[in-house]
Amino acid sequence: MAIRAIATRPWVIMEVCGGQTHSIVRFGLDELLPPGVTLVHGPGCPVCVTPVELLDRAIAVASRREVIFCSFGDMLRVPGSRDDLAGVKAAGGDVRVVYSPMDALTLARANPERQVVFFAVGFETTAPATAMAAFQARREGRSNFSLLVSHVLVPPAMETILASPSCRVNGFLAAGHVCTIMGTGEYAPIAEKYRVPIVVTGFEPIDILQGIHMCVTQLELGRARVENQYARSVRDRGNELAVRMVREVFRVVARPWRGIGRIDESGLAFREEFAEFDAERKFDVADVVAEEATECVSGLILQGLKKPPECPAFGSRCTPETPLGATMVSSEGACAAYYRYRRMGPWPTTSS
Amino acid sequence: MCLGVPGRVLNVTEGDLRMASVEFGGIVKEVCLAYVPEAHAGDYVIVHVGFAISRLDEAEAARVFSYLREMEVLAELADGGTP
Repeated sequence: MAIRAIATRPWVIMEVCGGQTHSIVRFGLDELLPPGVTLVHGPGCPVCVTPVELLDRAIAVASRREVIFCSFGDMLRVPGSRDDLAGVKAAGGDVRVVYSPMDALTLARANPERQVVFFAVGFETTAPATAMAAFQARREGRSNFSLLVSHVLVPPAMETILASPSCRVNGFLAAGHVCTIMGTGEYAPIAEKYRVPIVVTGFEPIDILQGIHMCVTQLELGRARVENQYARSVRDRGNELAVRMVREVFRVVARPWRGIGRIDESGLAFREEFAEFDAERKFDVADVVAEEATECVSGLILQGLKKPPECPAFGSRCTPETPLGATMVSSEGACAAYYRYRRMGPWPTTSS
Repeated sequence: MCLGVPGRVLNVTEGDLRMASVEFGGIVKEVCLAYVPEAHAGDYVIVHVGFAISRLDEAEAARVFSYLREMEVLAELADGGTP
């Protein structure tokens, strides 16, 4: 296999995208690689890194009688301090799964007597859709629509991992759809500062294998550049219309990442002109504080320091039906991927 | 949720927002083209949560397949001949 032919030394490559995590685990791509090349999963799942206090705020808002709370499906079973959104729904709350933030806006138009709230979770890929919903709502003067924002940015998380003393990562696969929006420019300073090759990669098995091949080639040659494997979708300048809309609606702020901690300039919040669409302000839940379950090690998993099967609760106390943390709940979470596709073992460990 | 899926643009409608019917292997969904306004019928776009985020470049897509063939050739050479 071509990668075996070029790899002369052990290399650790991290991917930062839940979609890539799933593709790798599902198709056994990590098992196809030569023994020296190790793939680790990073914090590429925006559902998984949504802070507990934000879940608790979502639950508080969704519990209100006048609210129709709209969310992407995989947020419904992410555990907050005491409950989850599915629990609110089971208790009679009006919680609805939507495919797009625009569906939530449509609900707001159709239900003028109710308050419609959209739980805006996602990386840079999703922010343009959320921004458009807020932008349109403001144009329409819609007073019964607001958004609970939990958008996070990938490059600061990559830097946090690279700056950590326990970092073993030699190269990165960057998320193809995040870069479709943002372009590739933000990654050059990271590649240069930390001397790591970064290959923007797609999601099909062939894309991931090619991305790994390109990354290992750079590592063998001692290079640390940004390359684009997913050029059929990613342009270096990204999607300028989308970026412009995001900048108009949001500003960059520090955000806590569940399992990792606070990262400066790593999230998005509404600009003042859009304050009336900020559900946290509208429903006055900004003070809701959280308590985190102690057995869950999703933080270590999100930083690529442990693999799910190394968690003592994996598959026993923690399953998709009874999740202890977000990485088991989210369709893109590493624990969910391993549970779904790898329960039969053998288990690759982070030390191999 | 976070997945971007490729689909084929069937037709485009102008309105308050530019929209299109996009086909994903038999399923047709209404997609907003505000961020990819240059897409027209017959194009393939990547769609994420109801929005087209890029237009697929055919030449680049073809390159991935030629990479695959190239790798097959190299693998045969590395294994030393007939598979």
